[in-house]
Amino acid sequence: MPQKPKVAFFSFTCCEGCQLAVLSCEDELPEIIKDVNIVNFREAFDQRSEDYEIAFIEGSISRKDEIHKLKKIRAKARVVVALGACSSTGGLNCLKNLYPMEFVKKEVYGKNASRYPRFDTMPVKPVDAFIHVDHYIHGCPIPKKEFLSVFTSLLMGSVPVMANYPVCVDCKMAGNICVFEKGMTCVGPVTRAGCDAICVTYGCVCWGCRGFVDDPNVASHEETLKRYGMAHSEVIRSFNLYGERKMEPKAASMKSKTKCR
Amino acid sequence: MPVKKDLHIRIDELTRVEGHGNVVIDLKKGRINTLNLEIIESPRFFEVMLRGRKYDEAHHIMSRICGICAVSHTSASLKAIEAAMKINISRQATLLRKLAFCAEVIQSHVLHLYFLVFPDFLGEGSIVPIMSAHPEITKRGLMLKRLANEICAKVAGRHIHPISLSPGGVTHTPKPSELKKLKAQLEASFDDLEYTVDLLSKVRVREFTKPREYISLKDRGEYGIYGGVPCTSRKYPLSEKTYAKKLKEYVVPHSAAKHAKSPKGTYMVGALARLNNNWAQLGKRARAVSKRLGLSPVCHNPFHNNTAQLVECFHLTGQAISLIDELLDMGVKKESLKKPKGFGVGFGLVEAPRGTLYHEYAINKDGIVETANCIIPTAQNLRSIEEDLREMVPEILDLPKEEIRKAVESLVRAYDPCISCSTHIMNVRFE
Repeated sequence: MPQKPKVAFFSFTCCEGCQLAVLSCEDELPEIIKDVNIVNFREAFDQRSEDYEIAFIEGSISRKDEIHKLKKIRAKARVVVALGACSSTGGLNCLKNLYPMEFVKKEVYGKNASRYPRFDTMPVKPVDAFIHVDHYIHGCPIPKKEFLSVFTSLLMGSVPVMANYPVCVDCKMAGNICVFEKGMTCVGPVTRAGCDAICVTYGCVCWGCRGFVDDPNVASHEETLKRYGMAHSEVIRSFNLYGERKMEPKAASMKSKTKCR
Repeated sequence: MPVKKDLHIRIDELTRVEGHGNVVIDLKKGRINTLNLEIIESPRFFEVMLRGRKYDEAHHIMSRICGICAVSHTSASLKAIEAAMKINISRQATLLRKLAFCAEVIQSHVLHLYFLVFPDFLGEGSIVPIMSAHPEITKRGLMLKRLANEICAKVAGRHIHPISLSPGGVTHTPKPSELKKLKAQLEASFDDLEYTVDLLSKVRVREFTKPREYISLKDRGEYGIYGGVPCTSRKYPLSEKTYAKKLKEYVVPHSAAKHAKSPKGTYMVGALARLNNNWAQLGKRARAVSKRLGLSPVCHNPFHNNTAQLVECFHLTGQAISLIDELLDMGVKKESLKKPKGFGVGFGLVEAPRGTLYHEYAINKDGIVETANCIIPTAQNLRSIEEDLREMVPEILDLPKEEIRKAVESLVRAYDPCISCSTHIMNVRFE
């Protein structure tokens, strides 16, 4: 019998919800553990090993020491998978990037912040700003179903498939009424699907947590949002929640770049 | 006679806790030189992130402070938004939010006991060897966890970052048939909880007693979890409005999370604190279980926090069943969200699995969040953990180093610290 593949999980700047989503695969977990050796999963396991083939990385990069750790993981792993929004697109952490870092530090730590290197911070970036990422599992948090599908593909040696169409497709398949029909607005038309449009199904709107679909028609969707009564600043707000906004904010008093990549 | 020896222990990246922390211990001739719980998680600056966002995005953003207590952060956030904007939500919305909340606390406690604590008791490094050696234990733990997840899924769409809990109410109502099924499953889950009691009763709880202050919410007519006002086991007035003033947060250089102290010094929040403060409001069955496990108030042994968590699982399972009964009695119906009627400052307090969680926002007339402040349970417990370690380590110096190390890890773990949460970092000031 061939050796079981060694799998490691790593966590950077985030809420650790995506690791928890993995632990929430209650029915599948006993099976998963039969098929692979989990050698690194600090949230749940004592074992630690530097020897692994597949690395799942959650969290975005916001500190210099994290870059170093990240590059070491890339050097060791044959396959690197970005787990969740923070890791794939920078995620919600990127809201910090709307402000200059000196402002963030001063605002949060006061004027003596430079004395404490532990609290140093830099603009938040997704993992692929520093290393090559082989596969992405998007979402905040990751859908359990998608994780299991990517995991199975990797074990079988096939290439995981990532949705490259907007959330609207998922939303139609879920049988939802379009939120624009209900007097609300959302960023689903430019956001990558794969989530079954769960937020709309449960009565909310798409917040854009999975990032842009490849080649999104952002300009057209901006026009749509404005047509539905949104002010320019509101349009920007709705686009930059998950770190995908490219445009300079006009109304905000702080000057900054909002795009994480 | 205390042992006078040198000891140096460094535990890098504590395992089986949520988030990144180290413990550094340095003793010379039995005297403590250094004893720090270092919090090395990256700070995330939610205070800055929230600024300038609209009120109806705040709960969505703040939920992302923590994946494990996402419902707690969402609930505290919603309560703060609704208090600031004078929104009164319906009875049905309150009941549904409470139901999701009970489920989150159960899920968090079960996760802690089965995944993080039991491996210690069974002498294993993780749940993995337990899965093959004791499949029954794994099965029971996973079943309890799955049920709690399912409740959150039916009520709020999912547990990690709930969807339907929104300012003004809830955007989704579960079907009566779904609620009935959940009720039956909850009733059946007492069997798994009893199994957990048997398991926990076989475990020797380390003797360690250190009197301290306990802070939790106190509710009228029920055990304070989702509602109530802050109360302390010591004699001084405490309220929503004075919480952040009385319980002062301060920065220590070795921790990316702030520490906190009350006017009386060190205090503890969490399951044990709640149980000590609100014992009389626990359900009968929960109280009986507590006594069976050797825990009655006032208990000053932090290792019994694990016991208190299991006792709460009994109480909250009972409460979840009553909530479902009330929902079924009144008949669940679709409701629209209540609209804001004002603006200003609002407070939101809940008992998250790890203790009292405080959110405070100032929202302006355009519905934009101007400032935010949060006090997180784990940050409030860090001082207590360090003080316990300072007292416990010199007492057990006659043990082999590996045993001391294990005891230290078990103590930190007993508090069930959530380090991601504690480093959300709000309003830190160096004086």
